Amino acid sequence: MNHVKPREIVLKGISGSPGICIGKAYLVDREGVNIIERYSVSDAMVTKEVDRFKNAVARAKKEHARIIEALDKDVSETLNILETHMALFKDKMLYGKTIDTIKNEQINAEWALRKVSSQVKLMFQQVDDSYLQARANDIVQVSDKIMAYLLGTRDIKIADINKRVIIVAYDLSPVDASQIQLERIKGFVTDRGGKDSHTGIVAKSLKIPSVFGLGRATASINNDDILIVDGSAGLLIINPEEDTLFKYEGRLARFEAYRADIERESHLPAVTRDGVALNLMANIELVEDVVSAKDNGASGIGLFRTEFLYLDLERFPTEEEMLVKYKELAESMNPQPVTIRTLDINGDKFNPVIDPVEEANPSLGLRAVRFCLENEDIFITQIKAILRAAAFGNIKLLIPMISCMEELIQVKNIVRKAVMELERDDKVSNKDIPLGIMIEVPSAALMADELAREVDFFSIGTNDLVQYSMAIDRRNRRVAHLYQALNPAVLKMIKMIFDAAQKNNIEVVMCGEMAGDPINIPVLLGFGLKNLSMNAASIPVIKKMIRAMDLGKARKLSEDLFQFTTVREITRFIQEGFKDILPYRDTED
Amino acid sequence: MSLKTIVLNELGMHARPAAQIAKMAMNAEKNIWLSDGNNQADASSIIDILTLCAQKGSRIQIQAESSRDEAVLEQIKSFFDDGFGELTE
Repeated sequence: MNHVKPREIVLKGISGSPGICIGKAYLVDREGVNIIERYSVSDAMVTKEVDRFKNAVARAKKEHARIIEALDKDVSETLNILETHMALFKDKMLYGKTIDTIKNEQINAEWALRKVSSQVKLMFQQVDDSYLQARANDIVQVSDKIMAYLLGTRDIKIADINKRVIIVAYDLSPVDASQIQLERIKGFVTDRGGKDSHTGIVAKSLKIPSVFGLGRATASINNDDILIVDGSAGLLIINPEEDTLFKYEGRLARFEAYRADIERESHLPAVTRDGVALNLMANIELVEDVVSAKDNGASGIGLFRTEFLYLDLERFPTEEEMLVKYKELAESMNPQPVTIRTLDINGDKFNPVIDPVEEANPSLGLRAVRFCLENEDIFITQIKAILRAAAFGNIKLLIPMISCMEELIQVKNIVRKAVMELERDDKVSNKDIPLGIMIEVPSAALMADELAREVDFFSIGTNDLVQYSMAIDRRNRRVAHLYQALNPAVLKMIKMIFDAAQKNNIEVVMCGEMAGDPINIPVLLGFGLKNLSMNAASIPVIKKMIRAMDLGKARKLSEDLFQFTTVREITRFIQEGFKDILPYRDTED
Repeated sequence: MSLKTIVLNELGMHARPAAQIAKMAMNAEKNIWLSDGNNQADASSIIDILTLCAQKGSRIQIQAESSRDEAVLEQIKSFFDDGFGELTE
């Protein structure tokens, strides 16, 4: 393979998690399952590359014909599908276009095929017709078969990556991300997504420098290109010149020194300069994450996301299976609190095993508590496991996505039913555990006063609250820049929630990403926030800041803030007032 | 040269008939086009045919670029007229 002569390219994206890394590129394909290499093919080699593609199609077709022949002719439905596939192998829009792409773009057959089949698939999915949407799968199946012959034995799974590389992907779903051995990876960059996408959240917890929403990273990078990822500034530099490399090596050293400095202080208590003690807790998804939570000085688990066990098993776990995990978690943190959130499946945690219905707009669909109330047996199984585990530690029960009083009433009835069934069956449990709800839908924020009378605590999920308040899909690169936690409308809503909680004397925890971003801390503390939960890796930075902060000054700021009407003014106002304690940002010069 | 026809079967122009139309169109010397009045599809590509989303009752015009493809044109039209072999009495 002949590589094009490298030239320094700088791409601007959205800062995922801070830090700098320098390493070699490793391209992951769009679906995130197979590693598809992208490389250039020289003029002289294009014909050979086209032949290689034609050869792979011919072999895939031959194999397919054998399958059809061996098939019992009675199963005509299957036969129809397979015969349609047969014709798809040489369809102009797939076969012809892939050949054109190899020739015109001078790229390898695998990448060309992937590009063309993704386009066709997308075209089908965008049609408002369920029959055609389902045909997208036929395209995937046929192109996968061709791909298998193209790749031969070089079929690599994402789980096997173990080189110290920088991952370059179109997008990474939480499931893909959980397959990668991230501790062996230096950093990653994606075309899609934003700071608060699930991938970004995973990256942040692992302290891997990352940049998202680059738009055309996968199209501009070849495997083994040298990359610099500047997660703090949201920059990606491809094939850096020697000067650039030198400059960044210096920055890398300074950043690492800064991080080491912060971690040394992470075990000191989170007390403000004027003596107010706060709770800094960790958001986690796996029981194993307890180690990192403790290492970073967390004083509890403010949010345990329970979806991963479901996704991992690809079926609904039993009460006993969940109990084992929850009990282990409660015991390892005891006496510190662990807040367990019930199943919160949504669009990007989509799993065909759990929810086979395709929704046009999953984040507004049957997710979280809505799904659980429709599937009471699944819900009550989880609640029982939580109540039983609560006998072994300090557990709180948290219900996501409550949008109205009716849902809360239903939830409370189901909890009562769970308690009764456990008593009937003589199971050891703790029926007096605190019950809280996530306030993450604007309708719940507006009803905060009424809802507060019915529960023991609120947990503010800022990621969704911002998304739903402002009608911003935070995974959509084209609007992700509008996703702003410091928007005055969002701040007004958050203040409302605090006021309602204070009036009814209940606790508030903030567990969205907003609580882990230093710029937001003065306002939130000013509103009265005492319990913050965030990615474990963010705790040391936030703690250092809190220890230097004057709460009285923060209160004043949160009152004066509403004279401003734009995010820009508010941000500048905070930056000016707290310049001395906001963390150092190397790239702002 | 063109002929007009109508989609008669319940399911519309789905993948199986599309595959058969594509097979027929590949025997033509030049391109054969299917049009629903708004969009035009290459009759030799299943993918392209499917994007027309032709439901039962859709009016389709079949067009041949070469007059020597009359037989292919007729063959495709009669496949339409036969409801793609899916008509139930």
